[in-house]
Amino acid sequence: MNAFDLEYRSFGQMAILIEWPPTISELILEDMIRFRLIISEHYSHYEIVPAYNSLTLISRYPIEHSTVIDHLKSLYGKVTQRVAAKRKIWNIPVCYDPPFCMDLEALSASVGLSKQEIIYLHTARPYTVYAIGFLPGFMYLGGLDERIHFPRREKPRLKVPRGSVGIGGQQTGIYPQESPGGWNIIGNSPIKVFNALNDPPCGISVGDQIRFYAINKDMHELFTIQVDAGVFQIKTLELDDQSV
Amino acid sequence: MIKVYNPGLFTTIQDKGRFGLRDKGVPISGAMDEKAADHANAIAGNSVGAAVMEITMTGPVLEFEEGCEFAISGALLSPQLDDQPLQNNIRYKAQPGQRLKFGRLKKGFRAYLAIKGGFDTPLVLGSRSWYYPITPGDHLRKGDVLEVGDSEPDHGSKTSSYAESYLSGEILAVDPGPEYKLLSDLQKEQLHKGIFRVAHENNRMAYQLKEKIYAHDLSILTSATQPGTVQCTPEGKLIILMKDGQTTGGYPRILQLTPEAIARLSQKKEGDTVIFRFQLKKAAY
Repeated sequence: MNAFDLEYRSFGQMAILIEWPPTISELILEDMIRFRLIISEHYSHYEIVPAYNSLTLISRYPIEHSTVIDHLKSLYGKVTQRVAAKRKIWNIPVCYDPPFCMDLEALSASVGLSKQEIIYLHTARPYTVYAIGFLPGFMYLGGLDERIHFPRREKPRLKVPRGSVGIGGQQTGIYPQESPGGWNIIGNSPIKVFNALNDPPCGISVGDQIRFYAINKDMHELFTIQVDAGVFQIKTLELDDQSV
Repeated sequence: MIKVYNPGLFTTIQDKGRFGLRDKGVPISGAMDEKAADHANAIAGNSVGAAVMEITMTGPVLEFEEGCEFAISGALLSPQLDDQPLQNNIRYKAQPGQRLKFGRLKKGFRAYLAIKGGFDTPLVLGSRSWYYPITPGDHLRKGDVLEVGDSEPDHGSKTSSYAESYLSGEILAVDPGPEYKLLSDLQKEQLHKGIFRVAHENNRMAYQLKEKIYAHDLSILTSATQPGTVQCTPEGKLIILMKDGQTTGGYPRILQLTPEAIARLSQKKEGDTVIFRFQLKKAAY
């Protein structure tokens, strides 16, 4: 019943890597998220790290790879369309106004689109979270409109403020913390996508989707206060399994 | 309570790490040389996983505000309690007001100080390990005051089969990484026979090596990495991820160090040499 031919490999003494064919695809992601849910029911004491076309199971202690792999293969047979993938759409507010939109002017001049057009294109489509890594809460988002692909800055900034929304090559995303960074910054979100004071610190998971919406500076200020007070609720929707 | 008079080069509090959040991009952290940290705890009479102080190359100056018992393991850093020279792997008792300081680095790179009761730094997401931005800072600062947990009945054996020879050992036991099979025979030979030196860029996130292997044009989709994963950049540079290393990466993962090899590498500094030794293993998968 399963559409994909998976590869199972040992990855050191404590981990197993499961790989789908090496392409970026919604179908693969959906299959992976379903398999992850089934695995997590049986391997709750393992960490499961999903990314693009792979799931990595990591134990705290050395494991008997062949036994676990045989079991995983049998579990994959249980992945069907009826397993709810429980994916969510997160609506994230972004202020594209000064002083946040540091590189929007330069981007506009280079790609030959007005600022309004860039904001329109950036907020028009949902983005799929294919991986979370590099920094705590840093999302690898797929689905950026080709017309606003733009190379990274030649000189990375030493400090990019937390919440900055940027474009780097074919990718867009949010800086979850202040950090060095080479992406072109076009706005800022008042949302803390990662907050170490919460458990779990990040509600967004691989497989979810992000939709940006534009807010003005006053709203940004208001939302920042609400976020700091812990009363801001991100609007989320369940992503209909059948529609993918 | 312990007062910090001088923080040393890079001194941090670590336990067994933060397990269960790698899918949100949170590295596991924890003591770089887990073996030495475990040993220090055992001698101090702590339970496994009590938070210890990880001391890198140049040690701190600490003052005990209350009497307490402690032990040091790992690198040989010429510790002294006031004017009394101390040895590693022995339990000592400090009186209120006594100062612990460190001197010349004789062997290894990271020492572990275990205090009876453990360092009682805040538990954040299941761990006391310092890692910025999960915790407010990642290393000790002058003037910091560290709380010590309540003493429990002894857990430790006070003796242990800990051998310090690994501090100077060069051999890193490895398994092939997920992308090892994509390497050329020449590149594999370089890994099997090469002698590599630790580069200037070495810290809790990653150790880079000075010697490169041949360049490649392999590319992979971003995928999970672990402490001990050896990444190979397109120009052939080897980067060994460590305890605070990123949880995903896009470079081929050509080797994977064993936990023992991670402990051993944690005791290496710039210029030290390492060689990879492939483990003999059933190759069922």
